[in-house]
Amino acid sequence: MTGGIRGPGGRVRRARRALLTRLATRCLVTAMALPQTLLGLLEPAPRHGYDLKREYDARFGEQRPVKSAQVYATLGRLLRDGDITVVGTERVDGPDRTSYALSAEGVTHLERWLAEPEPSTAHLQSEVYVKVVLALRSGRPAEQILDAQRDAHLGVMRGLTARKRGADLPTTLACDFTLFHLEADLRWIEHTAARLHRLAEELS
Amino acid sequence: MTGPLLVADDLHLAFGPTRALAGASVEVAPGEVLALLGPSGSGKSTLLHCLAGILTPDRGEVRYRGTRLDDRSDEARSRLRRNDFGFVFQFGSLVPELTALANVALPLQLTGARRRAAEEQARSWLERLGVADVAGKRPGEMSGGQGQRVAVARALIGGPRVVFADEPTGALDSLNGELVMEEFTAAARDQGSSVVLVTHETRVAAYADRSVVLRDGRLTAAPAWA
Ligand SMILES: Nc1ncnc2c1ncn2[C@@H]1O[C@H](COP(=O)(O)OP(=O)(O)O)[C@@H](O)[C@H]1O
Ligand SMILES: [Mg+2]
Repeated sequence: MTGGIRGPGGRVRRARRALLTRLATRCLVTAMALPQTLLGLLEPAPRHGYDLKREYDARFGEQRPVKSAQVYATLGRLLRDGDITVVGTERVDGPDRTSYALSAEGVTHLERWLAEPEPSTAHLQSEVYVKVVLALRSGRPAEQILDAQRDAHLGVMRGLTARKRGADLPTTLACDFTLFHLEADLRWIEHTAARLHRLAEELS
Repeated sequence: MTGPLLVADDLHLAFGPTRALAGASVEVAPGEVLALLGPSGSGKSTLLHCLAGILTPDRGEVRYRGTRLDDRSDEARSRLRRNDFGFVFQFGSLVPELTALANVALPLQLTGARRRAAEEQARSWLERLGVADVAGKRPGEMSGGQGQRVAVARALIGGPRVVFADEPTGALDSLNGELVMEEFTAAARDQGSSVVLVTHETRVAAYADRSVVLRDGRLTAAPAWA
């Protein structure tokens, strides 16, 4: 796409930037509530965007570091919505850096988000369940699907447990979060493995 | 030595009408921490007892360092358990009448060490496992977590080639259980002891280098098409 055909280049560039911003924010918000997380990181003291990105990555960005562009786009939206304000601009041998602070409104939004429980993701079915049902219906050994899934989960659990060795408490608890969830998955796998014969009967 | 340290080959064992093992095979490499996972009643403890030469299978064989266990005399097998193996159980690994220090020193004294030398080593093992403060207490006067740490010290003090642990954290809450597993596996790895760890908890099994899963007396297979 070139700017020339659609009139003044500035407008096209702005429109494109807005689209990218929307895409960028959308994909991240689903991963980890970025706007609210940035509000939380900003609360103790004013910071500039790059600082926020670094702290986000260090604390929460293990699976998926946030892109600088996503941080700046989100800050732009928070600024527009009045959740943050600009408190200064400094130049440290390089680009200008804008510092942001949380507004009273931002604190309110942050507190509302903190207080609100996350939706309990009560998936009634998982892909593993679908595989088991399809295998049983086609006469394939469903037990092996459960065994393979169990081996994969156990491998990840060993890796996380090894990482906890000598790790600090934030890292340990982050690993534990996933360990407890995988443990729950494995309990379902055992529970199902013990009932495969009956499941096969009821499906046929 | 290359190759496995301990091998169970197609073990079958029945208690009356109950088939506890129905073709269980497993290998333990030198220095390896291996978890035997599986639901209650799947044959984990029975397999562990066969591997340790406590039970003799009806069929199949157990080989330790290349030679069969069941060919040896009872006398030779109990010598092996004393010299080469260590044990940690869920309950009752310790002698209730003895202090923690005396319990940990016992394996060394049984193999001929002087009491003072044995107790000196026992003290450093208690320190290593963070329970030096219970040295003078008897098992009944310790918490569950302290008791299991003392039991781990006792299992490891003789530098065994293999430690057999049956639900070693089964009576502990999850945080204490994890701390004991952490210290147990670290100490065993440090001195190069293999560990055969029986558990039904996946988070406990995750402290091992490898897990195998028992169901109905045999190990689950890898997917045929993978
Ligand atoms: N000494 C015994 N006498 C009779 N049955 C036993 C004995 N030991 C184990 N069993 C039976 O053998 C099966 C396997 O037991 P076990 O190896 O203890 O399983 P796990 O340790 O996996 O819970 C179970 O059905 C159990 O009831
Ligand atoms: Mg058992």
